[in-house]
Amino acid sequence: MATAHAAAATDAGPKAGGGGTGRRAPRGRVAAVLGRHPVGLLLAAPYAVFVAAVFAYPLGFAIWMSFHDYFFAAPGAVVDRPFVGLDNYRAVLVDPQVRQAFGNIGVFLVINVPLTAVLALLLAVALNKAVRARMFLRVAFYVPYVTASVAVVGVWLFLFNSEGLVNQLLGPLAPDPSWLVNEGLAMPVIAVFVAWKQLGFFILLYLAALQNVPKELYESAAVDGASAWARFRSVTVPAVRPATALVVILATITGANLFTEPYLLTGGGGPSGSSASPVLVMYQRGIQQGQPDVAAAIGVLLVIGVLVISAINRRLLERD
Amino acid sequence: MAGTPGKRATGGRLTTVLRTVALFGGALVFLFPFYYMFVGSLQAEPDTSPAGAFPTSGLTLDNYRDINSRVDLLGSLVNSGIFTGGVILGTVVFGLLAGYALARLRFRGRGTLFALVLLVQVIPFQLLLIPLYVLIVRGYGLADSYLGMILPFAINTTAVFVFRQFFLQLPDELFAAARIDGAGELRVLWSVALPLVRPALLTVVLLTFIGPWNEFLWPFLVTKQADMQPLAVSLANYISNVAARAANPYGAVLAGACVLAAPAVGLFLAFQKYFVSTDIGSGVKG
Repeated sequence: MATAHAAAATDAGPKAGGGGTGRRAPRGRVAAVLGRHPVGLLLAAPYAVFVAAVFAYPLGFAIWMSFHDYFFAAPGAVVDRPFVGLDNYRAVLVDPQVRQAFGNIGVFLVINVPLTAVLALLLAVALNKAVRARMFLRVAFYVPYVTASVAVVGVWLFLFNSEGLVNQLLGPLAPDPSWLVNEGLAMPVIAVFVAWKQLGFFILLYLAALQNVPKELYESAAVDGASAWARFRSVTVPAVRPATALVVILATITGANLFTEPYLLTGGGGPSGSSASPVLVMYQRGIQQGQPDVAAAIGVLLVIGVLVISAINRRLLERD
Repeated sequence: MAGTPGKRATGGRLTTVLRTVALFGGALVFLFPFYYMFVGSLQAEPDTSPAGAFPTSGLTLDNYRDINSRVDLLGSLVNSGIFTGGVILGTVVFGLLAGYALARLRFRGRGTLFALVLLVQVIPFQLLLIPLYVLIVRGYGLADSYLGMILPFAINTTAVFVFRQFFLQLPDELFAAARIDGAGELRVLWSVALPLVRPALLTVVLLTFIGPWNEFLWPFLVTKQADMQPLAVSLANYISNVAARAANPYGAVLAGACVLAAPAVGLFLAFQKYFVSTDIGSGVKG
């Protein structure tokens, strides 16, 4: 906004001074109102309209809905949707299935986020130094990210079912009940699956960050006799800290969006709801059971949770 | 690199070996499921023993015939293609215009719009899921339509970012020269900016492709008619409803998975040098 004002003020200069010619004055006036390149408004308009229609309006609608008694009615029917205050939130907070879903996502994040950040950083550092087969290795780590979840879920079901290859290899060590039908293991398996699936993207983020680490830091650390591990700890890790903050936030958002994996890998969030995610419960409440107001309240709580985690993460990672 | 030569050399060699082992071990873990997907899709009888991962005989295309008889593969692929194509078209056209305007033109509200772009990046889709469903499916009656599928993804903020970054990198003289020659802003966009934008265009198309092609949740909500569903949705419905009753359910699922995975993986392999880390980084960081 500041830039636009500044540009407009500069352009308005000649007119305000009274020295503008007849041809320049209207142009100056237009510029004062719309900026030096009014055509920019035209070019940016579709994006602005889209943001308003697909983000801003639904966002406001979601919050409005969560404070009203909203239900599906026949198209065109005029129905009363009374304000109910915090009733929907109260209903959500006492619902054991919703509580369980938020607990499940907590388990997910505790496993998935550190696993993602640590593995992505270590692999990015190794890849950055690798000379041979660099392209092959990059492609290998990135392939799961470009593949549809639905497709790779198919092969994970095959690998992790009770008769699957993983249990065949483990033999007597195989868990009973098996991975995806075990209350204690279903969510951890999903957390590992998502880490595996998304890791390539986070490796790329770290690779980009590593390009910007000044070489001199490594050289002076090497002169001081620092070991490879000490250089990693005292040079690399602090230098990529902004990237780490980003990775943690993006991994948290990905985790909060979890739906496909519990829906398909564990047959709709089983066993006994131990792998149900908040978005899965939103889908069940809002669309299957026709309570969009309750579902909207779950969405608002989920987003507040993500914002709180992001804020804490910024505090922790951005202080020096 | 300075230091005590002898000590550094051995330490260096050890780390190199460790690094190589870790990298290739990791690559194996990442690629094995894809190999196993393909092998499993060709096996008449699912063999989950370790030896079954390296079959020597009994390979067949029956699973592909089987999944094709239960899911209209060709029709679903066409739906996936239309959905993906529509999203790419909208993303490229509108993203290009907005990215160019944000990078190169001074107009009122530009700062506000850019702040909005940054904000949109952090609004999680799950908060919008229910209101978008209510609006698009219930309000506008766009259930079981391509438009309903495409609409929420038609403009992508990451694409706006990539284009903006690209246009910011171009030297100002290119644009100034055209303006001195008397070209209007639209003319500058058409004759100067567009011909230069090809590398960024490819990045955006590739980055955009995998989104709708792999998207499951939204088309799953919008499409209830089987003949409108993209392949990801048809296959997911097969996995959750039918698979339990089929003769070789995993074989058919894996065959469908290969068909769904192949276009995205193929495109990625063909163009992987364009998936540059800096582009992705700029797309996310702004």
